[in-house]
Amino acid sequence: MLAKRIIPCLDVKDGETVKGVNFVDFRSAGDPVALGRAYSDAGADELVFLDITASHEGRKTFTSVVERVAREIDIPFTVGGGINTVDDVERLLSAGADKVSVNSSALKNPDLIDEVAKRYGSQVLVLAVDARLDFEGEDDPWQCYINGGRIPFGKRLEQWCREGADRGAGEILFTSMNHDGVKCGFALDPLRRLHESLPIPVIASGGAGKKEHFRDVFEVAGVDAALAASIFHFNEVPLHSLKQYLREEGINVRI
Amino acid sequence: MEVAVIKYNAGNVFSVINALSRLGVKSVLTDDADVIRRASHVIFPGQGEAAGAMECLRNTGLDEVIVNLRQPVLGICIGQQLMCRHSEEGDVDCLGIFDTDVRKFVAPADGNSWKIPHMGWNTVENLRGFMELGRPEEWMYFIHSYYVPQSEWTVGTTSYCGVDFSAAMQKDNFMAAQFHPEKSGEAGYRLLKHFLSI
Repeated sequence: MLAKRIIPCLDVKDGETVKGVNFVDFRSAGDPVALGRAYSDAGADELVFLDITASHEGRKTFTSVVERVAREIDIPFTVGGGINTVDDVERLLSAGADKVSVNSSALKNPDLIDEVAKRYGSQVLVLAVDARLDFEGEDDPWQCYINGGRIPFGKRLEQWCREGADRGAGEILFTSMNHDGVKCGFALDPLRRLHESLPIPVIASGGAGKKEHFRDVFEVAGVDAALAASIFHFNEVPLHSLKQYLREEGINVRI
Repeated sequence: MEVAVIKYNAGNVFSVINALSRLGVKSVLTDDADVIRRASHVIFPGQGEAAGAMECLRNTGLDEVIVNLRQPVLGICIGQQLMCRHSEEGDVDCLGIFDTDVRKFVAPADGNSWKIPHMGWNTVENLRGFMELGRPEEWMYFIHSYYVPQSEWTVGTTSYCGVDFSAAMQKDNFMAAQFHPEKSGEAGYRLLKHFLSI
């Protein structure tokens, strides 16, 4: 049976790992490649590396981090952050990334999804969506945000995810801005709706604080994968014991 | 030992080369028929789409080279599918090493939210042949929308969309895996090491 995936996420700035709390106020948490390897050894199913550097120099540093990850780590990994063009995708896939995630750039230019999917296949493309609950949309009460959650974009969450899947995205990575960094659990209701309505896998992000939250997101929302950052970086929930716990709870995970 | 990784228009093959490097094995990425024929082991990797890949193999003559190889050959993912007789993907005739057809997953209407492609970690069971690594089952990483049904060459099965399909196949010196050993952590590492020992 296909396993539910646990995905640690590493935010990388100038070659170092950091994690934002509610998208600001960074705390440093180590070398991305060493941390990635430690996660892989502890049972991570995939890794996500997000480049949160804006500068040109930082981008070059990140590309070399991606090359090191590809050489040293033998589980799939996704990279994201600052991917605006097909050339950016080419650069990161050539550096050895298995998948790329696009976020603001896809909202601003949805054709990017079609172009990447057509050229490299849907399997390389993760559509990341940051959204906040505003109760405004008719039966679609979450609004999408761009630029690291700073600017409301106007599109509705479910409508945008459906469009992304139709255009060729291979997976949806949904981060609830209401839940991110708060550690009170994932946004179960929209995640369940996305999981049940979309033909592609859904990755839950934002809100993991304890191991029960992972059980809930798999049992209640049914999603294919769950992503978290700080709880793994600071070893608040060790990966190995999380997977043991999930198995005891009857959830199919790879051990 | 000289491992040849076949070069054609089948996406990212660097992960295979990196995996071989981690095993301490030097490999060469090549479309040179002589280099491929001389290699001790040949890896036929792949991501991408069957019809375009077959067209590339035919145009370069690599189709004939591959089917006549005598050393251990390992097809990975679309490599396994191209080693079959025919694929539903692009309705294309393939290499015909395994006399069986490649089909597209169809999500059964059983109330489960089946996702296609089949993506992620799944167990491979009923292990035989080159898949016998001393354990009853192995976790491997998959990403594919088409599958090879079970046949007499099946040496490992995996279940998805209500089908027990061929996760691995073997016929004489030709071996194939639907999963990606180069991305399957420690289990994939053991499998590649075993393949290189054959």
